[in-house]
Amino acid sequence: MTRARLRRVVMFVAALVAVACLWEFYKIIGPDQGGKAFGWTVLPRAGDRSMPHVWEMFARLGDVEASQGGRHIWQIILSAIWYSLRLVLAGFALGVIVGMGLGVVMSRLKLVERGLMPLLVASQTVPLIALAPLVVAWGGKLHIGSFTWEKWMSAVVLGAFLSFFPVAIGTLKGLNSPSAEALELMQSYAATWRQTLFKLRFPAAVPFLIPALKLAGSASVFGVLVSEISTGVSGGVGRLIIKFANEASSKPARVFTSVFGAVILGLLMAGLVAAAESRIMRNRPKEIPA
Amino acid sequence: MTTLSIRSLKKVFNPGKANQVDALVDVDLTVEPGDFVSLIGPSGCGKSTLLRLLADLIQPTSGTVMMNGKSAHQARIDQDYGMAFQQAGLFDWRSVAENIELPLELKGWDKAKRRDRAHEMLELVKLREFADHRPWELSGGMQQRVAIARALASHPQVLLMDEPFGALDEMTREHMQAELLRICRAAQTTVVFVTHSIPEAVYLSSRVVVMSPRPGRITQIIDVGLGDARTDETRDDAAFYTKITEVREALRGIESTLAARGVDNR
Repeated sequence: MTRARLRRVVMFVAALVAVACLWEFYKIIGPDQGGKAFGWTVLPRAGDRSMPHVWEMFARLGDVEASQGGRHIWQIILSAIWYSLRLVLAGFALGVIVGMGLGVVMSRLKLVERGLMPLLVASQTVPLIALAPLVVAWGGKLHIGSFTWEKWMSAVVLGAFLSFFPVAIGTLKGLNSPSAEALELMQSYAATWRQTLFKLRFPAAVPFLIPALKLAGSASVFGVLVSEISTGVSGGVGRLIIKFANEASSKPARVFTSVFGAVILGLLMAGLVAAAESRIMRNRPKEIPA
Repeated sequence: MTTLSIRSLKKVFNPGKANQVDALVDVDLTVEPGDFVSLIGPSGCGKSTLLRLLADLIQPTSGTVMMNGKSAHQARIDQDYGMAFQQAGLFDWRSVAENIELPLELKGWDKAKRRDRAHEMLELVKLREFADHRPWELSGGMQQRVAIARALASHPQVLLMDEPFGALDEMTREHMQAELLRICRAAQTTVVFVTHSIPEAVYLSSRVVVMSPRPGRITQIIDVGLGDARTDETRDDAAFYTKITEVREALRGIESTLAARGVDNR
């Protein structure tokens, strides 16, 4: 087990190094002003402004930013990751709850499934950029007692908006996965709907939920970062990407340090789901039922 | 008291539609306590449908099923019967013991009592040391034994089985048949057993119910009369072969009438 885990870590690092090498290799052979064919730029520019050296990106992590109270860039990025991670986790949790709820309702009532499914599919085609300002505006109209809608809540809602979909689909498919015989068995025990749900359907749905949660994890990162950018939530990685991108002409490598932040967020979510998977699937057969 | 009393039972699927199927007509059958009744017949004869009607998993079009003097519905609520299918159908996410505990859990037994009963059942099917194993670590025959233990966990008087050994190889199958007889005798269980195999039906049963399709009905009930003490020697017995021939001829009679009516029954 530890051996397999070690091999995984080594392979992961090797893959990172391979990407870095590919990047640097292209910088050597690629044209600085980009390759043109028939007036179209078909090859990306390999100049230091467009593609800074990998070591340059890492070096920028150590820069001191005077406007941020003299903190190093890596410190700024870490605190942005921490800020965004909380929004991502909240969005993910909300998405999982809503997705599972929808999955249960749809598996219970075929009519609801038929009516709701096209709407769910359609919901995922709405561009997030267009939706984000709307959510901010709707939230601003909410007045329940002393509750006021904060901008970060919009980011959470949009993270959930992207992550609920795979969970709903996975839950629906998983809840419907038990064989006719397994359902007859529960029926022969005069099991209630609720008993069948918790003793048979949910456990049987787990292998379908794991890949759904993986998708939901990265979707919530994407949702939160994009809505941080488009709704102007400050403090997170999304805002940092925009800020550094605006200064790209003078400090091109710095943009990539903020991209590292986004990558780390994605890896954290993937790691979280993988940890849950190895815990839950520990006592299960290795093959996933078709 | 009569264990099963089936009167003028009829089941029609999709009544009034183009794909209407008369799955069962005019079924009358009485099963006494301790009986071992096999249902045998070509596919489409309604033997699995009959079993599901007894289990109250589907509702009859007309006629009645009484189990232990109660309606089939009440018998299901009271868990008067246990059920086993061709696939053992054990839950992967539960240990062997936890699988056997499932029906007891649903009835609200407390944990200690469930554990005790599960171990008692594992003892009965000779799988004591596999209590904490996972179902997929067991062979097909062992899984089927766990399924039988699960079916008998709440000590029902009736066991309904739908081709439970159909997926096993011949040797395992014969072994399981002997085991089933031993278990049912120990637990004093009445069994209704659906099968495709003539020797299996004869070896296990006190009575073999021969059924025929289109519409599904009972054509003959054969008393086996091989006594209660059946061993591997029974399989070499002349009386055993005589009964096999008798059942086979009853089934051939069905085949030839079907052929005469131009029905392909393969």
